[in-house]
Amino acid sequence: MSILINKDTKVICQGFTGKQGTFHSQQALDYGTRLVGGVTPERGGENHLGLPVFNTVQDAVNTTGATASVIYVPPFYAADAILEAVDAGIKLIVCITEGIPILQMLRVKAAMAGTGALLIGPNCPGIITPGECKIGIMPGKIHLPGSIGIVSRSGTLTYESVHQTTAQGLGQSTCVGIGGDPIHGMNFVDVLSRFQADDQTKGIVMVGEIGGSEEEDAAEYIRAYVTKPVVAYIAGQTAPAGKRMGHAGAIVTGGKGTAKGKIAALKAAGIEVCVSPTDIGVAMKGCL
Amino acid sequence: MNIHEYQAKQLFQIYGIPVPDGKPATSPDSAEQVAKELGGEGWVVKAQVHAGGRGKVGGVKLAKNLTEVVEFSRDMLGKRLVTIQTDSAGLPVNSLLIEKLYPIKRELYLSILVDRASERVIFIASAAGGMDIETVAHEAPEQIISVQVHPAAGLQGYQCRKVAYTLGLKGSQVKALEKIMQGMYDLFLAKDASQIEINPLIETHSGDLLALDAKINFDDNAVAIHPDILAMKDPSQEDDKENHAQQFGLNYITLEGNIGCMVNGAGLAMATMDLVKLKGGQPANFLDVGGGTNVEKVCEAFKLILSDKSVKAVLVNIFGGIVQCDVIAAGILAAIEQIHVTVPVVVRLEGTNVEEGRALLSNTGHNIYAADDLAHAAEQVVALVEAA
Repeated sequence: MSILINKDTKVICQGFTGKQGTFHSQQALDYGTRLVGGVTPERGGENHLGLPVFNTVQDAVNTTGATASVIYVPPFYAADAILEAVDAGIKLIVCITEGIPILQMLRVKAAMAGTGALLIGPNCPGIITPGECKIGIMPGKIHLPGSIGIVSRSGTLTYESVHQTTAQGLGQSTCVGIGGDPIHGMNFVDVLSRFQADDQTKGIVMVGEIGGSEEEDAAEYIRAYVTKPVVAYIAGQTAPAGKRMGHAGAIVTGGKGTAKGKIAALKAAGIEVCVSPTDIGVAMKGCL
Repeated sequence: MNIHEYQAKQLFQIYGIPVPDGKPATSPDSAEQVAKELGGEGWVVKAQVHAGGRGKVGGVKLAKNLTEVVEFSRDMLGKRLVTIQTDSAGLPVNSLLIEKLYPIKRELYLSILVDRASERVIFIASAAGGMDIETVAHEAPEQIISVQVHPAAGLQGYQCRKVAYTLGLKGSQVKALEKIMQGMYDLFLAKDASQIEINPLIETHSGDLLALDAKINFDDNAVAIHPDILAMKDPSQEDDKENHAQQFGLNYITLEGNIGCMVNGAGLAMATMDLVKLKGGQPANFLDVGGGTNVEKVCEAFKLILSDKSVKAVLVNIFGGIVQCDVIAAGILAAIEQIHVTVPVVVRLEGTNVEEGRALLSNTGHNIYAADDLAHAAEQVVALVEAA
């Protein structure tokens, strides 16, 4: 088994007929994802990529039975899109959009509390269970069905980890990009707990970066609950304090959120931390 | 995005947060004029730069008479101010804030920001004002109080009273603090601020509360919907190259080394800098050309990197996901030819169509090295710089 998604997961796309939505929906279909339709207000009733377009997420859910949604709408519309998906009963919402104002995400998270819906992202590559279901912007080709669960705050470092675990012949069970924003949906612990419970996952790669304290929380969680081998990498050891390194959430403020602190916390929890990003695959293989 | 103290205080006034009487000035003459208009027996001349720590390096001076106002203004204007928060080049002083002098009984600290761990807007306050809050947190954490605001409920009176009583305020001061906190909260939400800091918030001898200093940062993701805030932007306070990069949708940060880095994706860009350092080199910059890059962006990125004259070699690290490596390789070649790159360029390509991409970059007659993996690429670029 994988986590969160598999070959049977029915997916819809919000922002379906836009440039990004169209491109990545086609890629998802080519990969074999069960994409069953999309949503663009005022375009309901049309066909796009051979699939039905709906005015609302509720219409799409009622007609298709979709349980997952991927969001490719511009930043100032994304909060609305996430909450529309929650309201329609979507269980897994994947928001790719980068640049959502933090106060909007703060309200979205508060509104989602208690609904049971899961959010991945925003500002993330999405989630993939290789060979079964791809929801997001990651290149499908580099993946290999296998035994490693990957969770990361960075898109391209997820691809690096995938590439290296594929090269080592290990493959991946599921890869989750949790996103680079300071306030986001599922965190490391949410994903780690699912990898721990998943039979297919034999080892876990966790890629963190400067900013916040989620890596420290993950270290505590792993020490207490994760029995599978974990290999970690933390980006941003040379990042100057007070500067936002590309991701809105990648910033060291007031001496907090440093790579050094995160690495120390992970090591103290007995987790193997790679010094170089090029060692992830080899280190993972060595742990199994 | 940051704004100047005088701009922050203008916003404070709109939101009912009391500030000292004062006005900005851009010449010694206008500074004198402002001081005359303000009246009183003493003034503060404050250099307007986007950095803290001004007082310790002559950026804040107390003038006892108008002659001193003119003298201090002349000293500060047109100079660059180097503080503990700037780099060694400092920031240009193009404007001043002239304020009336107030007798200070006590200095307090008050700020509002988003706490990412609790996912709430929080206030942080301390009776140890005038000090760096990180220092207080380190040395006397018991002196810091914070309150969390629920987004649905908004800021409540009891939360303000809790802060007021903890700070030792009494009587009408409690109401005054409540008004200040409500003003900060309203301003924070209305303009998508990411932090508002009043340090110090002073208690005068007559018991009034005043925001003696004011610092506001705004959420870069939201400034586009606040044209009034965007209009306050002062490019002179920002790095030229970082400003230029923004126009092309590139994320660029100047560092102090000599190896230029061009990478797609923020995480991989950080990891590449780390790897260069690990192999004994010094990265000259952080540069994320974006997850899905193109020829034009690669070209602009090269120009940007090479405008830093300390750059002795460039490391390009692209993980071609959706974007194909051969397209990227063609872009790199075009950029190198177009802008006559003379320093060695080490390119690591991985992902879709990687073989075609590497083939395009070999035997070009240019100073290009196609590396077969990331670790070798980093070693190679460090070796090239050492040999240069």
